[in-house]
Amino acid sequence: MLDCTPKEIKERTGGGLINPAKTCQPIGAMYAALGIHKCLPHSHGSQGCCSFHRMHLTRHFRDPVMASTSSFTEGSSVFGGGANLKASIKNVFTMYDPDVIAVHTTCLTETIGDDIPSIIRSAEVPEGKVVIHANTPSYQGSHITGFSNMVKGMVNYFAEATEPIKKEQINVIPGFVNPADMREIKRLLKLIGAKSVMFPDTSGVVDSPMTGEFQMYPEGGTTVAELKDAGNSKLTVALGRFASSDGAEVLAKKCLVPVATLKTPIGIKATDALLMVARRAFAKEIPAEIELERGQLVDIMTDTHFHFHGKKVAIFGDPDIVTGIAEFVLSLGMIPVHVLTGTPGGAIGSAVGSFEEDIQEMLSQAGVKGNVKAGGDLFTFHQWIKNEPVDLIIGNTYGKYIARAEDIPLVRVGFPVLDRSVHSYMPIVGYRGAMRLLEMISNALLDRQDRDAADEDFELVM
Amino acid sequence: MAMTEKQLEEILAKYPSKVQKNRKKHILVRDSAAETPQIIEANTRTIPGIITNRGCAYAGCKGVVIGPLKDMVHITHGPVGCAYYTWGTRRNKAKSENPEKNFINYCFTTDMQESDIVFGGEKKLAKVIDDVMAIFSPNAISISATCPVGLIGDDLGAVAKRAEEKYGIQVLSFNCEGYKGVSQSAGHHIANNGLMEHVIGKGDAEEAPAKYAINLLGEYNIGGDGWEVERILKEVGYHIVTIMTGDGTYEDLKNAHVAELNLVQCHRSINYIAEMLEIKYGTPWLKVNFVGVQATCDTLRDIAQYFGDEALIQKTEEVIAKELARIEAKIDQYKKICEGKTAFCFVGGSRGHHFQGLFKELGMETVLAGYEFAHRDDYEGRQVIPDIKLDADTKNIPDLHVEKDPERFRLKLSPERYEELKKKIPLSQYCGMNVEMKDGSVIVDDLNHFETEEFIKILKPDILASGIKDKYVIQKMGLPSKQLHSYDYSGPYAGFNGALNFAEDICMSFTSPTWNFITPPWKNEPLLVGTVTEEEGVA
Repeated sequence: MLDCTPKEIKERTGGGLINPAKTCQPIGAMYAALGIHKCLPHSHGSQGCCSFHRMHLTRHFRDPVMASTSSFTEGSSVFGGGANLKASIKNVFTMYDPDVIAVHTTCLTETIGDDIPSIIRSAEVPEGKVVIHANTPSYQGSHITGFSNMVKGMVNYFAEATEPIKKEQINVIPGFVNPADMREIKRLLKLIGAKSVMFPDTSGVVDSPMTGEFQMYPEGGTTVAELKDAGNSKLTVALGRFASSDGAEVLAKKCLVPVATLKTPIGIKATDALLMVARRAFAKEIPAEIELERGQLVDIMTDTHFHFHGKKVAIFGDPDIVTGIAEFVLSLGMIPVHVLTGTPGGAIGSAVGSFEEDIQEMLSQAGVKGNVKAGGDLFTFHQWIKNEPVDLIIGNTYGKYIARAEDIPLVRVGFPVLDRSVHSYMPIVGYRGAMRLLEMISNALLDRQDRDAADEDFELVM
Repeated sequence: MAMTEKQLEEILAKYPSKVQKNRKKHILVRDSAAETPQIIEANTRTIPGIITNRGCAYAGCKGVVIGPLKDMVHITHGPVGCAYYTWGTRRNKAKSENPEKNFINYCFTTDMQESDIVFGGEKKLAKVIDDVMAIFSPNAISISATCPVGLIGDDLGAVAKRAEEKYGIQVLSFNCEGYKGVSQSAGHHIANNGLMEHVIGKGDAEEAPAKYAINLLGEYNIGGDGWEVERILKEVGYHIVTIMTGDGTYEDLKNAHVAELNLVQCHRSINYIAEMLEIKYGTPWLKVNFVGVQATCDTLRDIAQYFGDEALIQKTEEVIAKELARIEAKIDQYKKICEGKTAFCFVGGSRGHHFQGLFKELGMETVLAGYEFAHRDDYEGRQVIPDIKLDADTKNIPDLHVEKDPERFRLKLSPERYEELKKKIPLSQYCGMNVEMKDGSVIVDDLNHFETEEFIKILKPDILASGIKDKYVIQKMGLPSKQLHSYDYSGPYAGFNGALNFAEDICMSFTSPTWNFITPPWKNEPLLVGTVTEEEGVA
């Protein structure tokens, strides 16, 4: 497996990627758009883009992922895609009857410079229906940037400050996480008594139940009314700087809603931080039920610390998830020696800051020396591991090649997970999500210990 | 259940008028008694906004045809996504005879950035090739274009040529921008034409290395199909020169010209290459079908008849007898579960046809079938090829014309023998899917989401064979769905072992107890159960 990858790291000057750790913007925009209730994402480009994105999302969620395409031909590429988009809008509303069409662009339509707002203005949009858009050039940033851009699109098109005084509610932008994570964040806020508008919200959309009936637009998703009302909230909590802070900043400018940008609440520290913000915002005490969960988590962490303490771990994936995981493993006493994301460090035009600086700061506080890279690829990640082996890899399904090549256990977290199931139904955020992560990490390490143990060292009790 | 014209009209009536007019031409209710053979429109544009299963030319070129060549480094020139989505997603398996030259699990992209779009990406591409050579030193490289590359005018051919001069290896470039053509099919053409023009015939071999040398064309080794076919062919005594392109190698492909016969499995993606090989090298081609027990037996007999050697014919029968003895009773067991059930079979370019036979062997009828990206000849047979109108989308794909190779052309059959064989076996012939379908069954080209839902309501199939994008749409309706592009992580489904695997998997779909829990028990029982009685009750 991956026998062509040498240990020796030669400098690559081409700027290309070998085994990427990111994909392109449109899939993130498509995923975000699925989090609007009764919305059909529309891919303005060639058929292949839409097909690829639907394929990948479907494989990750094992649920229907509906989206339409402008089906570009060579002619439309030369003469512009206006006619294709207008025909699409007409056909989609007639046949599939969504409340919202969320158009995202592709590298094709960005390169030819299609002016989406003016095409939308000249399209036939039925009364009460809306077409929104986000520019998602595939040649900038990553799928996380695309997610962020579609969140901005939601704010641009919908959010309105209609009340003279802000309402006792907060907005939560959850970032590119699984529907189970969105549910868990909502559950925690509800327990505190904090009224929240989450957008996008894919829970109930891509984890819909089996009922014997297919619903093109399942129950879930943020409604248009909620998206409008986001402008009346007293605070926006942006979870994950890369996926969520841009949308929150746009909303702050548009509707004067202040922003609290936090880490994706993975692990104890980041979950504490989210709850503290909610506690202050609503002046409500954290209920006993949540305190119990936290106490249980800490109990497990202390009781089993010898399972993971001092183990070396390599983490890759999307920047907000990787940041959360890195912080959590540090709080477990693990040593993250390689930390990599494929997404560039600071998305163009945004104030998300430096992934590398953030992670290095965390590592140096813990006295850990490690390789940290934004905009990296899995070829580099593999070479790092060859030069400094680890006990565990945490990342998405693509890590399985390296895990096999180097015989290292892999804990699957993030997007995409294509070769295991149930992950999108189980949160990794909040205290209960942290328990689940801890279980996965411990099990992976202990299974390996069992596998490698000599008969005389094979333990019943561990 | 058969479909009536009236029911079809009702479905179409729900479309906007332009869409209705278009889609009507892509749907047939099979009628063998029709005065003139039924015509279906195919390989034309999908209407914008329609939720189609189709992909693009890049997917057909790099994703399907070029990607499986395991000893080459395949560089996708474009933004990251296109390379990423064709990395390990298609299940074209490959074994590593030489692990240090096996790139099947790697993904290479130039990861074009905005500055590359503005100032051109040729320099970056050249540098990425330098990096690839410095680290991997492959025997050959391919470069596949994505949408923006054609728009900004990067000259891939020029970059490839300079790299060839610099490194002394072949660097193949493919202008397979996603917007070309109307589906993946355009990409198959671009890829195969490139291999025909630049790779096949570049090897030194002048003679076939062994007796009964054959090529297997249009076999992509999904789920190991190619390996099962190879196993059977080898057992009979054939020597496989190259497989295009499942588990294939650049090195073997160079000598494809020495084969005595080309077998065409997927007619759609490669029939034109088979024709060119016949013109250039005099190698006839035979339409084969290794999906289904009967189809596999027929195909093996056809190939043996082509060579006409008694010992080979004898050996073929022995292999068939041995294989049948091994699997027939087992398949009969599965048939008991499947008998009388109905299926939809909507796949890419040949499986929509091939798998109908396998369903039939399990006692199942295919009530609707179609292709995602086929052409009219795949439906109606090769005799319609001269009548197919070339529209602008087709004309945009460069045509390749070949001539007789003055040194390597060899007549493999005398004209008399050729004509005689043509009467018995599908030599240079394919009659298409339609003729084998029952009257009243539905044939749909480029089936879309809306039609899938509507046809299910009317035809009420027991299972759908389709792809990943509609798999869970179908399963949400409580119906099992079988991916026949990727085989749902299973396979092989070709050959004798494949038929058995397929039967087992289809039965698993039907017999899985998981389907029994869809309705919660409380939906079938009122909350309060009481009895009406006239006697005095308890107070």
